[in-house]
Amino acid sequence: MTTAALQDTDPPKRGWYKRNEIAVTPWLFLAPAILFFAVYVIIPIFQSFSISLYDWDGLGQAEYIGLGNYSELMNDRAFEVSLWNNLKWLVFYLLAIPAGLFIALFLNQTVTGIRIYKSLFFFPFVLSQVVVGLVFAWFYLPNEGLLSNMLAMVGFGPVNVLGDPNLATYGIILAGLWPQTAYCMILYLTGLNAVDPEQVEAARLDGAKGWKMLWYVIIPQLKPATFIAFVVTIIGALRSFDLISIMTNGGPFGQTRVLSFYMFEKALSEYGFRMGYGAAIAVVLFLIMLVFIAYFLWSMYREEKGGQ
Amino acid sequence: MFPRPIQQASAPAQTAYKTMLPIALILWLLPLIAVAVFSIKPASDFTQGNYWGMPGSFEMFNNYGQVFFNSDMPRYMLNSVLITVPTVIGAVALSAMAGFALGIYKFQSNIWVFFMFVAGNFVPFQILMVPVRDLTLDLGLYNTKTGLVLFHIAFQTGFCTLFMRNFIRALPFPLIEAARVEGVAEWRIFWFVVLPLMKPALAALAVLIFTFIWNDYFWAIVLTQGPDAQPVTAGITSFNAQYRAAYHLMSAGSIVAALPPVLMFFLMQKHFIAGLTLGAVK
Repeated sequence: MTTAALQDTDPPKRGWYKRNEIAVTPWLFLAPAILFFAVYVIIPIFQSFSISLYDWDGLGQAEYIGLGNYSELMNDRAFEVSLWNNLKWLVFYLLAIPAGLFIALFLNQTVTGIRIYKSLFFFPFVLSQVVVGLVFAWFYLPNEGLLSNMLAMVGFGPVNVLGDPNLATYGIILAGLWPQTAYCMILYLTGLNAVDPEQVEAARLDGAKGWKMLWYVIIPQLKPATFIAFVVTIIGALRSFDLISIMTNGGPFGQTRVLSFYMFEKALSEYGFRMGYGAAIAVVLFLIMLVFIAYFLWSMYREEKGGQ
Repeated sequence: MFPRPIQQASAPAQTAYKTMLPIALILWLLPLIAVAVFSIKPASDFTQGNYWGMPGSFEMFNNYGQVFFNSDMPRYMLNSVLITVPTVIGAVALSAMAGFALGIYKFQSNIWVFFMFVAGNFVPFQILMVPVRDLTLDLGLYNTKTGLVLFHIAFQTGFCTLFMRNFIRALPFPLIEAARVEGVAEWRIFWFVVLPLMKPALAALAVLIFTFIWNDYFWAIVLTQGPDAQPVTAGITSFNAQYRAAYHLMSAGSIVAALPPVLMFFLMQKHFIAGLTLGAVK
């Protein structure tokens, strides 16, 4: 027998799978994840777009009304309030990033017990937003709450943070900043750990210190941490729902609603099952998010191309 | 190291730093400390307006006993476990496979499939709410734990795949090539070569997903109602409605509901933080 003959007879013996193993295997491994993700995430996004064109109570016959829901949104005061509140969330929630950096700088030392301090500072992030909401709602109680009691000690009258339409949203955002700052802190602690000590020493020899050192030497090196902090904070701001639902349930007078909460209220609560209208609100929220998603993906894409 | 190590500072500065640490921590955790104190007070303290004074008596065992033996809390906790654990297993399994496919193989649509998972992971939940609720109703899974688990697995797969794929990318590729040269089947490479190397990633993801799912509230109220299927985050609101203004019991209930992820965090701290900060360092 020659080797040539062996090679001739070999291929038919190997099955189709064996021959295409490298090409087929990734798809076999991907199949379950893609199936789940398509059914529960990708397809529903498109379904929501289509539902938003209907007048539908979730049970009966859906009636096609074109852009009717969207034109109703334009004249809906509650929608306008929600949109503004979303903007407040976006802007003030980002304070978690500098606050997290500040605490990280404060804790980036090597004294005894610092590890325990770091984990206890991080602790609020592990709590569910429901518990954070309850804790802060009690903290804000108009007469009995710790905040009013502390203000009384320095001579101020009691404030009813969550009962005041002008203050309530800020009170909720502050509650949200608590765990979010903890998250940003841990990102920056990890980042600071990896800062190149030689660069820091070189900058010190050049006379850089304090703010200058932070701004020109440290923060540029923390860029990956800042990017992640930015991504998770933006997403968190636009997803805010639990805290509002627990702390004020949208009140007082609907002044703490945000799009995600208003959508839920329209589609699923006692105000009636207006699925189409709710879907339209969700689409608006999604389009706002899409701007950020596009930016995040673009940044990652550049990274991938640069990395290879 | 930045800031400059405190050991290089003057002695008074060091002392100042060491005194500021505990003060800052107490201020930071103040709302939580307040709740912990509430949870050991007797009911009479609240009716008499003694919110912030010394507890009238030490009622920790009574209050927590009430929560455990005299309410629906244990049922809600069990539901949370039965929702969280299968989700963790499912999401980690699916994403380990998907991450392997996207991390190891070079095919044309690779990056687009990857970006689909990443983008889906960022969408606001509300855009999925109506269709997913409908689908769950149609499958007859509304108000069941299975309905919640299936959705959670699907949604968490996005984040987990991102995580796994990046982790696998960082593994030494020559190892896989060597196995291929030896003629090892691809699925065996996954099982015997890659999976053992992924243990830290699997652990980190398991802890993270456990916390995320345990703390989920939105989907719990969209897809379930009542103590048959609702997890503890949703249960705590009915618990509080039942014990309105009984702050000692509501506080004890909240602490019980928050405890499992807290324990998970303190026991698996290293993995937890490694998971959260993946990508924070180049």
